[in-house]
Amino acid sequence: MNNVFVYCEIEEGHIAEVSLELLSKGRSLALRQKCGLEAVVIGSGLKGIEKQIFPYGADVVHIADDKRLYPYTTLPHAAIVKGLFEQEKPGIGLFGATSIGRDLAPRIASALKCGLTADCTALEIGDHFEKKSNREYKDLLYQIRPAFGGNIIATIINPDTRPQLATVREGVMKKEIYSDDHKGEVRNIDLKKWLSDDDFVVKIIERHLESRKVNIKNAGIIVAGGYGVGSKDNFKMLYDLAGVLGGEVAGSRAAVDGGFIGHERQVGQTGVTVRPKLYIACGISGQIQHRAGMDQSAIIISINNDPEAPINQIADYTITGDLTEIIPKMIKYYQKNSK
Amino acid sequence: MSGLKIIVLAKQVPDTRNVGKDAMKADGTVNRAALPAIFNPEDLNALEQALRLKERYPGTTVTILTMGPGRAAEIIREAMYRGADGGILITDRKFAGSDTLATSYALSLAVRKLSPFDIVIAGRQAIDGDTAQVGPQVAEKLGVPQVTYAEEIISVNKKQITIERRLERGVETVSAPLPLVVTVHSSAPECRSRHAKYTIKYKHARSLGELQESSEDYLQLQKDRPYLLIKEWSVADINADLDQLGLSGSPTKVKKIENVVFTGRDSRILSDSDNDIEGLMKEMIENHTIG
Repeated sequence: MNNVFVYCEIEEGHIAEVSLELLSKGRSLALRQKCGLEAVVIGSGLKGIEKQIFPYGADVVHIADDKRLYPYTTLPHAAIVKGLFEQEKPGIGLFGATSIGRDLAPRIASALKCGLTADCTALEIGDHFEKKSNREYKDLLYQIRPAFGGNIIATIINPDTRPQLATVREGVMKKEIYSDDHKGEVRNIDLKKWLSDDDFVVKIIERHLESRKVNIKNAGIIVAGGYGVGSKDNFKMLYDLAGVLGGEVAGSRAAVDGGFIGHERQVGQTGVTVRPKLYIACGISGQIQHRAGMDQSAIIISINNDPEAPINQIADYTITGDLTEIIPKMIKYYQKNSK
Repeated sequence: MSGLKIIVLAKQVPDTRNVGKDAMKADGTVNRAALPAIFNPEDLNALEQALRLKERYPGTTVTILTMGPGRAAEIIREAMYRGADGGILITDRKFAGSDTLATSYALSLAVRKLSPFDIVIAGRQAIDGDTAQVGPQVAEKLGVPQVTYAEEIISVNKKQITIERRLERGVETVSAPLPLVVTVHSSAPECRSRHAKYTIKYKHARSLGELQESSEDYLQLQKDRPYLLIKEWSVADINADLDQLGLSGSPTKVKKIENVVFTGRDSRILSDSDNDIEGLMKEMIENHTIG
């Protein structure tokens, strides 16, 4: 079985969280298929970067180190990954569903004429029998994602093309150290082989990156609002509740689209996946894309004026009523009883 | 700076944000007929960027390119009402079942047929799939650079374009040579509404398919005013290789579709009474969930 490759992103000299999560997933897929795990790192000043990767189980780390390769631009990274994939013929290629991964992976898929599935929420290995051709396929990558507005969950396969490509959002897969002592091989990529000056025609003039100040992913308590909160003003109440409980505020896609809350706080398939010990869902109906990002919360409280809201079916507690009355009561009775 | 030749890639999509109870058929498949068909929202952001360039650089033309069933001519007409010069509908049964790779193949052939071009602009992604793949795949097939997640096209000068793009954690300004593919993010300005002048001018714009179904006599009208014809291109018109289209040109296959089934937890139902809320907060404190 051909190896699993993970494209690793660099953030301020460190391998990005999402890439470490993908390495962990890649390791388990590789074990299941009895193949190797290889990482690809493209950037600048990468000396020693492999030390961050080996504990996650990579057998080989391919490194392309050149000052023109950081920050990321599409064409040189695409040329290197394409060249490497043509040479090494991976069975599976995984990318973060990030600004970078979602820009890069489709370019690779198009160049290699292979299949790509975006924003997978689960990856598994399984077989497939094709009735039309009477053919049995062993150990395919099942790429599982909600589709069509979240009304269905689709399992996508690429029976005939390799590599099987997928992107996955940060926080969906679990980051796990494979072994602190695990060591692999470093292979430096010969840049001249795949790069030309034409790959550097897009120039970055200016960059303003905000530091990760909002961190709903690691919050123990999340107060999340949906479209049912009604207004940006009403969202202030959620901040009040999160403030007294020591939690963070998040929102559903509908709340983000409605302008109630910033995109960096969006929970769900196209946002962040969270696993807090307490998730308070206020005015969130609970479409599958939203639930994909929070259904592993330890305790879920749903506040909704619709007793039939789908989210109530995965909630541990449902409170039916007007959230503008309920939230102040929660604050009041928390303060009364916590001391 | 002379005018630019701009092609806007757009898609008519089912409005997945307004899914009603009849959206799924009894057999578990999607009932497309029950969903309203709309102009993909981020493609409207893309159209707005194109129309702004048209205002800024006289002589610029904006052509809509879409692939879909006959009714997708609606979004071309809608774009014309807002200021686009015209459009082409790629439509053929042989395209059915195309995934993003096969779709980008067909679109790239149509763009080639319209070449030379300066800028292909598309929405970042369509709401029925949220893949964001077609823009970059078209760019790769055309062999041109791509700038994704554009928020604003700042300027075009001597075949060089400057674009501000929205990243997850910030913004980035890049310059790139023409021709290229740009995909536009939802945080870019919203599309202007219909313009009365264009709405009147293009009121009778029809595709060939629509003309055939229409009982009115548009033929003479279109002979007098050829700009009213929305062109339709088939597989043959874009010289497509059948092996790269539809199901056979799509490496991704759907193995299984599951309806979303809600697996219920044991849920305790509370009222909004003071008693219930206080009980809940006490319980959360006692089991150390909060506090």
